[in-house]
Amino acid sequence: MKGKVNVQEEHNRWEETTLKKVLERSPERRESFKTTSDIDLKRVYTPLDVEGLDYLKELGFPGEYPFTRGVQPTMYRGRFWTMRQYAGFATAEETNRRYKYLLEQGQTGLSVAFDLPTQIGYDSDHPLCTGEVGKCGVAIDSLADMEILFDGIPLGTVSTSMTINATAVILLAMYCAVAEKQGVPLDHLRGTVQNDILKEYAARGTYIYPPQASMRIITDIFSYCKDHLPQWNSISISGYHIREAGSSAVQEVAFTLANGIAYVEAAIAAGLDVDSFAGRLSFFFGVHNNFLEEIAKFRAARRMWAKIMRERFGAKKPTSWMLRFHTQTAGCTLTAQQPDNNVVRVAFQALAAVLGGTQSLHTNSRDEAFALPSEESVTIALRTQQIIAHESGVANSIDPLGGSYAVEALTHEIEKKAQAYINKIDTMGGAIKAIESGFMQGEIADSAYQYQREIERKERILVGLNEFTREETPFTDILKISPEVERYQKEKLNKVRGQRDPQKVKASLDKLKKTAQGTDNLMPPLLEAVKGYATLGEIADALREIYGEYKEHTIIT
Amino acid sequence: MGERKIRVLIAKPGLDGHDRGAKVIARALRDGGMEVIYTGIRQTPEQIVATAIQEGVDVVGLSCLSGAHNQLFPQVVELLRKKGGDKVLVIGGGIIPYDDIPALKKAGIGAVFQPGTPTEEIITFIKDHVGKHQ
Repeated sequence: MKGKVNVQEEHNRWEETTLKKVLERSPERRESFKTTSDIDLKRVYTPLDVEGLDYLKELGFPGEYPFTRGVQPTMYRGRFWTMRQYAGFATAEETNRRYKYLLEQGQTGLSVAFDLPTQIGYDSDHPLCTGEVGKCGVAIDSLADMEILFDGIPLGTVSTSMTINATAVILLAMYCAVAEKQGVPLDHLRGTVQNDILKEYAARGTYIYPPQASMRIITDIFSYCKDHLPQWNSISISGYHIREAGSSAVQEVAFTLANGIAYVEAAIAAGLDVDSFAGRLSFFFGVHNNFLEEIAKFRAARRMWAKIMRERFGAKKPTSWMLRFHTQTAGCTLTAQQPDNNVVRVAFQALAAVLGGTQSLHTNSRDEAFALPSEESVTIALRTQQIIAHESGVANSIDPLGGSYAVEALTHEIEKKAQAYINKIDTMGGAIKAIESGFMQGEIADSAYQYQREIERKERILVGLNEFTREETPFTDILKISPEVERYQKEKLNKVRGQRDPQKVKASLDKLKKTAQGTDNLMPPLLEAVKGYATLGEIADALREIYGEYKEHTIIT
Repeated sequence: MGERKIRVLIAKPGLDGHDRGAKVIARALRDGGMEVIYTGIRQTPEQIVATAIQEGVDVVGLSCLSGAHNQLFPQVVELLRKKGGDKVLVIGGGIIPYDDIPALKKAGIGAVFQPGTPTEEIITFIKDHVGKHQ
């Protein structure tokens, strides 16, 4: 104890003498230094800031509760994170070519971007889809497209993440059907469906059905995966889009974990044992510019989830306590001005994700403030990860910043602030209520507006945007999606409709509707429907008939 | 009696759900002294034009990040002209490549604002151009 007293005394002395003299001569750049979550950063962190920290209780060892230092005992000494670039555009044919290119370049997992019609459950020829087909992802209308998408890609060895939510159950059924055609047993499949509808209501917007029906579909997926796809992540509870919509780091952690709690509660209410599905829950976060705050955020999230699962839900298996996550660098930090600077931003963000212990990573491309990335840009983004992995050396020790006074203090602070939000959401009646009342959306919009004002007042400097600017030369070397894609996709769709057995399609959709009205799992009738080439739009419509559609309430605060 | 406030409709055409920009702009224009209505996401050009006419707005601000702007923005202008909204200034923003801007302007979009545009620039543009548009 004598040592600590000395540090405090010495700290006071330092402030009164050495520091004071300098501050009198030249004040600091700002009165206060804050993170994005409004956490006041101290001038210097010392042992005093980690005085209450119980190492074994709050940090422990990698691969053990509470997993603050990482979910695996060897982390990147065993295997690097999965380098997984989110990709998809135009047709299944073109995207299949991009996947093969990325795998040849050393990428280790696939991540499918679907276009909006696919995400919102419309066929490509639906009137609402004008201009959207194949634009921000690949267009999938039926199993026929999914077969082309994974043509020549062995589903038994590659792991595939699919950013799909309201229609996740349909795309998962299609993926299973393709695997069956390739002769791959379902229990060999590895990958993830995002399947996180709550953040769609709160931040991303690709919802279809009202919350109660959506939660039923989600717990059906949990249940089916637990029995048939034991290596599949049945959900990716996503903070990424909450953050992209404008939240702070603390809000990202808090709202994501609050949504996670809602899914666990729904699954338990549906009769599932917590340890039977919790090990297949995965997470997805963004990684932003504020380097230390981001690293601390990942560590805090891991510790919080472990406590939630063990203490709140009484989960007994260590795998149920683990927060495993994918990370993507922050799209909203990319600037249209001097776009090459984005390469540097992405590199720092990616480094923070690795120091935060991510399981997989997507690095954004420099040109994404204009369009989907070109092949050249996406290669630089992938190379960034490979340089961190093979050249920087940071992957060789686990959680190398653990024990840093600043990082531990920040980790603690983020946990404390995020827990306060979760407590507040609990008193509101949980995440679903907090979304239905617009609470989460309002908090996110407030943070987004504050961020924008900080930029405009130059309280926040973005290099090349509000400082160090120059005359911009238009950046035009970008990926273009031809309007021909829409026409071609509609042609393919018509061909599929003409070649299938209409009686069989109708019967399978009727069976699906009947199941949707009852309580049996939706997956078996869905598998039958997709195998008979019922289209995505037809299936989504069948469920619309039973469940209705969600309408958002928009308020500008 | 003060001057009549400029009335603006901020709209999200198409299926895109990225509404951060639309909401930030809506708030900035309101703080800049305008009356602002926000449509919410997933609006068809028909719905947007119907709201614009019904609310008698001076400006329609379109936000699209999904890449569907080349189809959707001109449709809104065309429908507006048909329904008697000739004087309404239409502007747009989102993930829009440089190469697409000339055609959008030719189709009647008064200005296209790319990511990073200060809201003050948009406010100034609206004040300078509102009511003068053909």
